[in-house]
Amino acid sequence: MTATIMALGAQAAETRLGSPRRTAMVAAGAPGGRTFFDWIVLIVQDYGSWLLKGVGVTMFLALTGTIIGVVLGLGVGVVRTIPSDRPSARLPKRIALKVASAVLAVYVEVFRGTPMMVQAMVVYYGLGMAFQINLNVVTAGLLVVSINTGAYMAEIVRGGIESVDPGQTEAAKAVGMGHWATMRGIILPQAIRNILPATGNEFVINIKDTSVLMVIGTSELFFQGKTIDGILYQTFPVYLLVAAIYLVLTFSTTRLLRLLERHLDGPESFTLATSSTVPESILLPGGDNYGHRGR
Amino acid sequence: MGTGGAKAVVETRDLRKSFGTNEILKGIDFQVLPGEVVSVIGASGSGKSTFLRCVNLLEWPSSGEILYHGRDVLERGYDINRFRTHLGMVFQQFNLFNNLNVLDNCVIGQVRALGEAKAEARERAMGYLAKVGMDPYIDAKPRQLSGGQKQRVAIARALSMEPEALLFDEPTSALDPEMVGEVLAVMGGLAESGLTMVIVTHEMAFARDVSGRVAFMDGGVIAEEGSAAQVFANPNKERTKEFLARFHAG
Repeated sequence: MTATIMALGAQAAETRLGSPRRTAMVAAGAPGGRTFFDWIVLIVQDYGSWLLKGVGVTMFLALTGTIIGVVLGLGVGVVRTIPSDRPSARLPKRIALKVASAVLAVYVEVFRGTPMMVQAMVVYYGLGMAFQINLNVVTAGLLVVSINTGAYMAEIVRGGIESVDPGQTEAAKAVGMGHWATMRGIILPQAIRNILPATGNEFVINIKDTSVLMVIGTSELFFQGKTIDGILYQTFPVYLLVAAIYLVLTFSTTRLLRLLERHLDGPESFTLATSSTVPESILLPGGDNYGHRGR
Repeated sequence: MGTGGAKAVVETRDLRKSFGTNEILKGIDFQVLPGEVVSVIGASGSGKSTFLRCVNLLEWPSSGEILYHGRDVLERGYDINRFRTHLGMVFQQFNLFNNLNVLDNCVIGQVRALGEAKAEARERAMGYLAKVGMDPYIDAKPRQLSGGQKQRVAIARALSMEPEALLFDEPTSALDPEMVGEVLAVMGGLAESGLTMVIVTHEMAFARDVSGRVAFMDGGVIAEEGSAAQVFANPNKERTKEFLARFHAG
């Protein structure tokens, strides 16, 4: 059976050059009298490993790209929220901050404001033709996804940092913690928890949007589907299967992220180290609590 | 005034602060001597909180001097973070670190700002948490505590830094009435133990009983200053009398 199909596939691929697509599809479908489900089974059996490879590349690009993007976004977001208004800060430091902030603003605007598909073409072909930097398609894809995600995450991180109560920063300053210690120990842990849903959203978007990387020939899931369709001319079953796989990927990702959020929130209760009343010793002698009842 | 000179822990000279064109502090001369408990009282909007926040530079003064043991901390290049470790601050809204449990709230400053070892920092934190009666709650997160409990942890956090002085910014104003007592009790105990304290407060009875000196602020200046007994019993200024009339009536 497999042999026949392979032959059919090869035949179909040949006819594709000369004849309209529609005819080829009928030709490929008619002889065996295959049903839609036959095709699904056949695709899974014979091209399942191709699709799996696509899943692997897609998830690798989406996950790694999101992680690198989050790191980039954190860096950019932190730099853009450094306070530069303290009069005692030295002038060179203030100028450096202004310049860095402007450069990062340009980065964010450029990569949020252009389609990832276009960025992929520019990075892959542009770097190759202009600078003789020939990246392989997966590296180029990863680069594009990462810096693209970084641009989006920069704004999300900035929002996350600004959403943390200013009292937290003040309390950290009041115990003498510097900007970086405050960021690392107090603000970022809270900001990251706040931006987790948005970050998960970026991840899910990346799972789907890596499909545009097929323009540079990255062998992600959509590209693999397109290749299989090119062989079998079974557009509907192939892409329906690809769509189903995307849905499984995004759905399970969302569920996992929800679990992670709940885990990070920690338990709702806590255990007392010892028995739990306010000791008498902290109440003033004579029971004078300035007209306020003690607990 | 001015007699203490360099003996003062903190001293301000002609301290001014404006927000835009609105001048909130109009030249404050103030000092705290070691072991003193000073209450700053006055109506809302008189500049008490802004003044206190200027002292540890949470607000940057527009002009004037802030002297820490005689050295101006507003000078360029002065290590502000180091200065702040010497002055603890207790906020009206507690401002406990929400991502940390009670114990770590009292540890992080010691480790990150003072460079203490974690084990010693923990031990010290436990000691101060016991002092405010919050040692059973070391594993709790701030959101799991009542207001009074949060404020007691905040006091322990400030004490864990073993500062030279503690600044209190209306520490009981955000509390439910039945929780004010427990916080004032802790503060009273600290005052008795000889800790240097500056307390911005609306708790007049507490200010009268616990502080050695009282400063009455009005319209961005210290309108009257004196011993607690004098200011409460025989205020010199008309404004002070008016302000205290309500308290004496109640």
